[in-house]
Amino acid sequence: MAKVQKDLKYTENHEWAKIEGKTMKVGVTDYAQHAMGDIVYVELPDTGADFRAGEDLCVIESVKGANDVYSPLSGKVTEVNSELEDSPELINSDPYGSWIAEMELSDPSEGDKLLDGEAYEKLCEKLEAEEGE
Amino acid sequence: MIRHVDPIFEKSVPGRKGYSLPPLDIPEEKIESLLPEKFARKTKAELPEVSEVDVVRHFTRLSQLNFGVDEGLYPLGSCTMKYNPKINEDMARLPGFSQIHPLQNPDTVQGALALMHELSAMLAEITGMSAVTLQPAAGAHGELTGIMIIKAYHESRGDSKRTKMIVPDTAHGTNPASCSVAGYDMVEVKSNSRGNVDIPALKEHLSDEIAGIMLTNPNTLGLFEEDILEMARLVHEAGGLLYYDGANANAILGKARPGDMGFDVIHLNLHKSFSTPHGGGGPGSGPVGVCENLAEFLPVPVIGKKGDRFFFDYDRPKSIGRVRSFYGNFGVLVRAYTYIRTMGPDGLRAVSEGAVLNANYAQTALKKDFALPFDRICKHEFVLSGKKQKAESGVTTLDMAKRLIDYGFHPPTIYFPQIVEEAIMVEPPETESREELDAFIGAMKSVAREARENPEIFKDAPCSTIVSRLDETLAARKPVLRWSPEEE
Repeated sequence: MAKVQKDLKYTENHEWAKIEGKTMKVGVTDYAQHAMGDIVYVELPDTGADFRAGEDLCVIESVKGANDVYSPLSGKVTEVNSELEDSPELINSDPYGSWIAEMELSDPSEGDKLLDGEAYEKLCEKLEAEEGE
Repeated sequence: MIRHVDPIFEKSVPGRKGYSLPPLDIPEEKIESLLPEKFARKTKAELPEVSEVDVVRHFTRLSQLNFGVDEGLYPLGSCTMKYNPKINEDMARLPGFSQIHPLQNPDTVQGALALMHELSAMLAEITGMSAVTLQPAAGAHGELTGIMIIKAYHESRGDSKRTKMIVPDTAHGTNPASCSVAGYDMVEVKSNSRGNVDIPALKEHLSDEIAGIMLTNPNTLGLFEEDILEMARLVHEAGGLLYYDGANANAILGKARPGDMGFDVIHLNLHKSFSTPHGGGGPGSGPVGVCENLAEFLPVPVIGKKGDRFFFDYDRPKSIGRVRSFYGNFGVLVRAYTYIRTMGPDGLRAVSEGAVLNANYAQTALKKDFALPFDRICKHEFVLSGKKQKAESGVTTLDMAKRLIDYGFHPPTIYFPQIVEEAIMVEPPETESREELDAFIGAMKSVAREARENPEIFKDAPCSTIVSRLDETLAARKPVLRWSPEEE
């Protein structure tokens, strides 16, 4: 059963977003890290780069393949978690503690479109039920 | 008895040599007097010091640890690991093909040029295209060449707004990469519940910013894109072009032609569909075919013919230029030519019939043991899922693939295409007999039974190999790419 942190916002593509005013931290969820398997490399975005909501933010490589991470909202990358360069496995062990990028949002009201913890938990339950079929 | 094979560097004994030379009977020159200083190395080369027999045994042993199509079934999905007839090798070794030099006067190598000219025409006929270049060195190189031709076409019309290429979520990983290298942004289009490109989703993406679409047909689920004519119409109406990834051409040889489906540019993998060596035994070859109005953009040189004489035609002002030194991997072309000539049109049709029959036979035999997300008549390959085993006993697709090695088979492609969870992608080519297929099916069923009854044996699988399960995660996170002597 994938863990969901109730106080975060989520996308249907299994990114989490921690939004505080105009700032957002982005990472991938427990469900995502479990589906990807052992993560071997995180190609971090460039600081200063702009992304629209839904655009490819970065790529995570696991033993199974390469996976795109999409930007949950529009904004500019202000900082990246360079710890992931040497220790990509942190995403496996602590997905909600391992943020990938911090972004300054161009339109924080977009955040209303994201899923809340409860809705995302339901999504995971549904997906996990399908897997068992 | 399987013995560990040490790196040849560790077999080195100081002073041991594989030769003995007579005493020098001319004055010895110092290296400094023969070479400019900047070319003389400062450190020792430290090559292994071994005898001839050491070298022969070392590399023979390594070759015995390999697995290839000469040993058994190699059901690697979308790779078409078919048996390569030995007559291909005989023909490629004919002195008129093997003892020539690419810079020789074309008048002295007319036979080689005739072969390339004829092969281009045969591949054009097989695919329904107008002209073919044989230069690209392999499939992904063909893709890049083809996408560059599409780009040259749009640019020649002053149509600079087209910056995006559509790629379905069932595409080969090389497709997005080729788009990106050619300077396009990739737009992904989703598949529908039948495993085909979703037409409404495709329509949403079409605009005057779309340069084209890259498609594999049948796709990587082994399913034929039934709406291809409709897709071609829609993409063409939007001003885009259609690119055909020929990785799965083994399913349609002599049956259906990409040119007739509406594709503008195609590539073939001679090392897949046309029985030339594949994988470590390469090199490959990825000829690109185009429709009539794109022929002027083909790479130079093109093999031309004036009267009875063949020549390298460089006089093509709109060409995208050269994409490969000399004229492609010529030896591979000889092998593919031999294959096509020995098979003939009926033989090639029988290839795709056999490949599709084999895949459906194996799919039907295995669908009770493994989940089959798209339960339809397939083409030359099919995709099972290990999700049932994973949910029931924690045995993953990776575990089962490793275990299959203990049964003497190369594992299928796994975890691809990514839209199928715990994917197991099986392609049993037409060169496999019913007995060989039954042996493979039996092994797969055994693995499924072991996953139910004895899941702990998977932890160390394979156990019949020289090394057991390798730590792929550690290898990817902390790769050791070359041998180096231990620090003293």
